[in-house]
Amino acid sequence: MKIAVVIFPGTNCEHDVVHGLDLIGVDAELVFHKQTSLDGFDGVVLPGGFAHGDYLRTGAIARFSPIMDSVVAMADSGKPVVGICNGFQVLCEAGLLPGALVANRDLSFICKPVNLRVESNTSALTAGANVGDVVRIPLNSYEGNYVADDETLGHIEANGQVLFRYSDGSGTVTDDANPNGSARNIAGVSNESGNVAGLMPHPERAVEQILGSMDGLLLLGSIPAFFDLVGAK
Amino acid sequence: MKIRIDIRRKEGLSDPEGVTTQRALQNLGYDGVTATHFGRTIYLEMEGDDTGAATAEVEAMCRQLLANPVIEDFQIEVVG
Repeated sequence: MKIAVVIFPGTNCEHDVVHGLDLIGVDAELVFHKQTSLDGFDGVVLPGGFAHGDYLRTGAIARFSPIMDSVVAMADSGKPVVGICNGFQVLCEAGLLPGALVANRDLSFICKPVNLRVESNTSALTAGANVGDVVRIPLNSYEGNYVADDETLGHIEANGQVLFRYSDGSGTVTDDANPNGSARNIAGVSNESGNVAGLMPHPERAVEQILGSMDGLLLLGSIPAFFDLVGAK
Repeated sequence: MKIRIDIRRKEGLSDPEGVTTQRALQNLGYDGVTATHFGRTIYLEMEGDDTGAATAEVEAMCRQLLANPVIEDFQIEVVG
């Protein structure tokens, strides 16, 4: 299995993602956004950063990068397409994931570990987890406030497309545990088939004990676990 | 031809800048302000003088790139 990790101008988490995948034995390779092919790859990760300076809207310019046609094709083929932080914003702008990310409720950049409760375990970011698991990984964003209209929210909740909610350490979803005002505490979502998945916090920054948490490995490990899940169907 | 595009968050969706500014206005005693909404204005300068064709083209630009139809509404006006 080989996973592509895309670099847009302004991406800054690509090496962390490659390192995290390496720790779980997944071969990963950096791919520049001007490439037009993802042939030979079994999945793709859009990492965090500030693609194209986040001008206009976060992810708005990146979604038209040359590589994106191949990312859309990979999404359509059912292979894992994962977006982390800025990568999540790009996937929403591209219409591959529902909703959008806007400025945090308190208009402050948030950089701190947060607790997430796993809500669904059939996606490329949660196939290796159990519903109800609580993971603690860092959030690092200004525009992490998830919004969608009520109809969309109801639809994705009913379909099991909500992957993570901000919670307290015991997994209880409360207003106090919501760091950025995200609708219904949503921290990550997937498409209907679960192969396209995105979240705001950074699993690749929680992959070694020295970083304070290794919970991110469970999420990155869900990429290979998703293959097992889909293969078993 | 000059064209102004006003882009605004859809009603009912979270607008943190609007909410925060609304609170600041109330704190300053401006009690008569019932809502504050933020938006973005984009000015385009375009060739030609067919305002109908230009407006249609700008509408396509808004749907494709300049606005996010998931969260934003837009208005196009020929201003010169």
